[in-house]
Amino acid sequence: MEKVYLTIVLAPLIGAIVAGFFGGRIGRRGAHSVSILGVSVSAALSLYTLSRFIWHDEGTFNGTLYTWMVSDGIRFQVGFLVDRLTVLMMATVTFVSLMVHIYTIGYMADDEHNWPHDSKVGTNSYQRFFSYISLFTFAMLMLVMSNNFMQLFFGWEAVGLVSYLLIGFWSVRESAIFANLKAFLVNRVGDFGFILGIAAVAMYFNSMDYKEVFARAPEFAQTQVAVFGGVSLMTLICVLLFIGAMGKSAQVPLHVWLPDSMEGPTPISALIHAATMVTAGVFMVARMSPLYELSDTALSFVMIVGATTALFTGLIGLVQSDIKRVVAYSTLSQLGYMVTAMGASAYAAGIFHLMTHAFFKALLFLAAGSVILAMHHDQDIRNMGALRKYLPITWITFLVGTLALTGFPGLAGSFSKDAIIEAVEESTLYGAHYASVLLTIGVVVTALYSFRLYFLVFHGKERMNDHTRHHLHESPWVVTVPLVALAVLSAVSGWLAIEPLLIGDWFKDAIMVTPAHDTLMKIREEFHGPLQYVIHGLHSEVFYLSMGGMVGAGLIWWFVHSFNPRIDEQIQKYSGPLTWVLVNKYGCDDFNQRVFGGGSQSVGRVFWKGGDEVLIDGAIVNGSAHSVGRLAGLTSRLQTGFLYHYAIAMIVGLVGLLTIFVAL
Amino acid sequence: MESGFPLLTLTIWLPIVGGIAVLASGDGNRQFTKWMALTFAVLTFVVSLGLWLGFDSSTAQMQFVEHVSWIPSFKVFYHLGVDGISMPLIVLTTFVTIFVVVAGWDVITYRPSQYLAAFLIMEGIMVGVFAALDALLFYVFWEAMLIPMFIIIGVWGGPNRVYATIKFFLFTFFGSVFMLVALIYLYFKAGSFSILDFQALELGMNAQVLIFIAFLLAFAVKVPMFPVHTWLPDAHVEAPTGGSVILAAIMLKIGGYGFLRFSLPIAPDASASLDWLIIAMSLIAVVYIGFVALVQQDMKKLIAYSSIAHMGFVTLGFFIVFSIVRHSGVSTGSVMGIEGGMVQMISHGFISGALFLCVGVLYDRVHSRKIADYGGVINTMPWFGAFLVFFAMSNAGLPGTSGFVGEFMVILAAFRADFWFAFLAATTLVLAAAFTLWMVKRVVFGEVANPQVAALQDLNGREVFNLGALAAAVLLFGLWPAPLVNVMHTTVQNLVTQVGVCKLPAAESAACLRGKPIPVASLAPSADNPF
Repeated sequence: MEKVYLTIVLAPLIGAIVAGFFGGRIGRRGAHSVSILGVSVSAALSLYTLSRFIWHDEGTFNGTLYTWMVSDGIRFQVGFLVDRLTVLMMATVTFVSLMVHIYTIGYMADDEHNWPHDSKVGTNSYQRFFSYISLFTFAMLMLVMSNNFMQLFFGWEAVGLVSYLLIGFWSVRESAIFANLKAFLVNRVGDFGFILGIAAVAMYFNSMDYKEVFARAPEFAQTQVAVFGGVSLMTLICVLLFIGAMGKSAQVPLHVWLPDSMEGPTPISALIHAATMVTAGVFMVARMSPLYELSDTALSFVMIVGATTALFTGLIGLVQSDIKRVVAYSTLSQLGYMVTAMGASAYAAGIFHLMTHAFFKALLFLAAGSVILAMHHDQDIRNMGALRKYLPITWITFLVGTLALTGFPGLAGSFSKDAIIEAVEESTLYGAHYASVLLTIGVVVTALYSFRLYFLVFHGKERMNDHTRHHLHESPWVVTVPLVALAVLSAVSGWLAIEPLLIGDWFKDAIMVTPAHDTLMKIREEFHGPLQYVIHGLHSEVFYLSMGGMVGAGLIWWFVHSFNPRIDEQIQKYSGPLTWVLVNKYGCDDFNQRVFGGGSQSVGRVFWKGGDEVLIDGAIVNGSAHSVGRLAGLTSRLQTGFLYHYAIAMIVGLVGLLTIFVAL
Repeated sequence: MESGFPLLTLTIWLPIVGGIAVLASGDGNRQFTKWMALTFAVLTFVVSLGLWLGFDSSTAQMQFVEHVSWIPSFKVFYHLGVDGISMPLIVLTTFVTIFVVVAGWDVITYRPSQYLAAFLIMEGIMVGVFAALDALLFYVFWEAMLIPMFIIIGVWGGPNRVYATIKFFLFTFFGSVFMLVALIYLYFKAGSFSILDFQALELGMNAQVLIFIAFLLAFAVKVPMFPVHTWLPDAHVEAPTGGSVILAAIMLKIGGYGFLRFSLPIAPDASASLDWLIIAMSLIAVVYIGFVALVQQDMKKLIAYSSIAHMGFVTLGFFIVFSIVRHSGVSTGSVMGIEGGMVQMISHGFISGALFLCVGVLYDRVHSRKIADYGGVINTMPWFGAFLVFFAMSNAGLPGTSGFVGEFMVILAAFRADFWFAFLAATTLVLAAAFTLWMVKRVVFGEVANPQVAALQDLNGREVFNLGALAAAVLLFGLWPAPLVNVMHTTVQNLVTQVGVCKLPAAESAACLRGKPIPVASLAPSADNPF
């Protein structure tokens, strides 16, 4: 199997290299063929691996590819760990990536229009885009398949690099290159914590290897460290690592980069900023479950941050008018749900939601992209309406995605999200009650913003201009086929996966949960098949809340909107201060811009002008040069060249010396 | 270990002879001159590769040793040799010089043969600094190095070159006279100028502290460390591209090398008691200079400040050893700290060299280094843009590039000494990314800013060769640093053992800060003895 795993990782890399460096020579068809081929190989082999795990009880693979470096007794290696957690991620990542690759053929077909005529960087932009998304697939696979902390960090930063390149893909747009710098820097703030967490692991375990660290973790369960007035080592490690996850998975307060990342082309919003990369933080916590289980404090912290993100970012989605931004805030909110699940030790439920979310959120983004294509790159939902007539496939698939997102019974999201909410209710950790309340309110909010978007885009009156209306048509098959495939998965993946993932022992030793934290036990005990689970869900408050949100949204943005098209604006106007807070995103962006952006520049200027130029160069360096000059000026007066000056000096000296000698 | 064939002598004198030959050939036939210069540079590199291939990494002994009497009455020897610390730096020197020669080929129109000759002679002298095992020989090379650099900046430099050269010269000369005093003192103590004898010398605390400070003045200026760094931005701004590359890639490393060759082994007890000073200076370099770099408007100044911040990692890694032992009771991590510093030096040689070459590419076309004069360069120079983004990412320490390796190792080592050391050092993740990528954003991305940018031509073959070779080196050591680390491993291990032994005379042994020698065994801190 080792060769299979190596092929899975390298196939997209080869595709990326060929499409990237030889894109000009092999042309557009060549570039998309080679990168799709690479990802197809990867996806096929990942699904094969998954099937081996399902039907042949394939064992965990943990092997080293090569030794990166040995220093001070620590072996830094590059290697793969493929177990039951990894294989789910591999299958999800490569499958969604493949769908996005195919979709991109249609979405980026006219990309030359996005560039100035004389821009050389625009000439092969199509090929470059394929190169980047294949490179991303490689980096993401390195991340999820790593068997050690160093390679995890490599994958972690490599996906960040590709995200940077892709958000700023249209590099002539000021907003895009602002957003990609912001994304990279905010992620670096998270990585700052992450690398310190890795350093703590290195110090105490003298190893980078997961297996060794996890095996020895219980030895350090009681260890205290003398920073921050004394904390438990496990809390320190877990919180530091989680700060990294907060950056990558866009948790409050490091969430600010994700909405701006929508400046990138839509396919990567689906792949990177919804389905895969942003879930890396969630995956990381699940992977590190043997460490997190040893620190209740860290788990509480994770849960509180996650729940806060889940509700408060969802609320912002209510006032957005850009179709992609609504979906982006929804992504933030759903990431919050996953992270909360991690905090509640419901790792299996979190990963389950990660998977279903990957399908329905990729679907929503790709469908939104299809709408954007039809609307000639107008993303404002206030200019849409009644698109169901023109884009039937997009409409139906978008509806499936929306229903899955809001947790409509029977669709994928309902299985995973209900499980998270139930698990958090079961948690006894500090902050669990808070999290539970926020997640439950979040359900209504999710339904409200999702259906607001759905009704404003696909129902009601047509609000686009005549030119756009005449050109409205369904997207080509390369766009719609991925939509249908993802819609099917959004519908059925919950039915298929709930039993093995949550009830059965799918994960085995890939995820560790201590008995005291086993919040999924209640679901397991009450489970009698998926159908019964769905029926049981019909009696839960979550179901009523989500239906209430849906009906409410339908009333406002479908029924009322049909005879008062300004209702959306009016609601926002009459809820004045609340809207103001939400539109300004709680002031996070302004705060960062002024305090961190402006502040660090001021600090830099003070250090530079005040420290380097005035103090060091002015006072000390040039100052001492001047003092030497002055001293030399003074002493040079002794050498006037006038004989009588010297004669006087000699006489005074002689008299002085004589006096001293006589006196002695 | 004496070697039959004088490989080191060849590496030193081949480029110097070549330089003289290039000088003699004059500016009559440019083609001939430049190909001759390149031939000598490549030959020297090939010869120095012999050092790497013939190197025995299982011993900490000096290798390729040459020992010939030079001034017998003062027991001065022409004594050369390399170990795992100096050998990689020599190969770095000969490697980078090739690109400097190629970069200067067509660009320098004023007395090109003298320009190329200066760099070849410079190369030989720098190799001499790394290879010298006789303190006087070392000092001669050390000071001789200033002359070609003085000329390079003074003749081919920018408008304010006179101020820059004087500042550069006085700063470095100021430091090195103190070093000369220390060397003479050590000569009288040891009875010879052999650096290895100096290292074996038993010295009292007062003497050690004075020697340590004398060396610190010399090396801190060279590195440069805060607060004696202000000559570097000025020198870089005025220097021609090649001068900047050599300055950043090699000359700064000589300061770092000095700490490993002189300060730590000769005055280990003073190093142990004054390590807080170096650590403080290093961390200030990372944080303070990081902020200063953020607000630079001149690309070369920005990269110069970035160099100072990155060299902060080098000195931090070198001097973290004592703090680690104090905090954890064992020396585990100190080898990684020193190796991290070494890797950082090599990697910084590639990356800063490449970044200065990138600025040179733009400067040759537009004759401006101001960030504000650019914008949207990628629209007219996509290949250049790709290279610049790549090197910027390496400068920001992206894993997979060599820029990551050293920083990662030093942060891991610093964490063992003190959480807050690692905390401050790790701020570079944000700061270096901020100042480098913000510059990239303003120069490379965006719409074409002005007609000059619109008229830019993408890289020519010569420039692609330079940047491509450096990019390959950055990637190679980023993806597989093992060959580099393995070469220096035994030497560094030996150095850590050496600094762990108290060198104070018996009468003062009570003042031995560290008591017993440091055990080199890789023991983990026990669970009940954290930090």
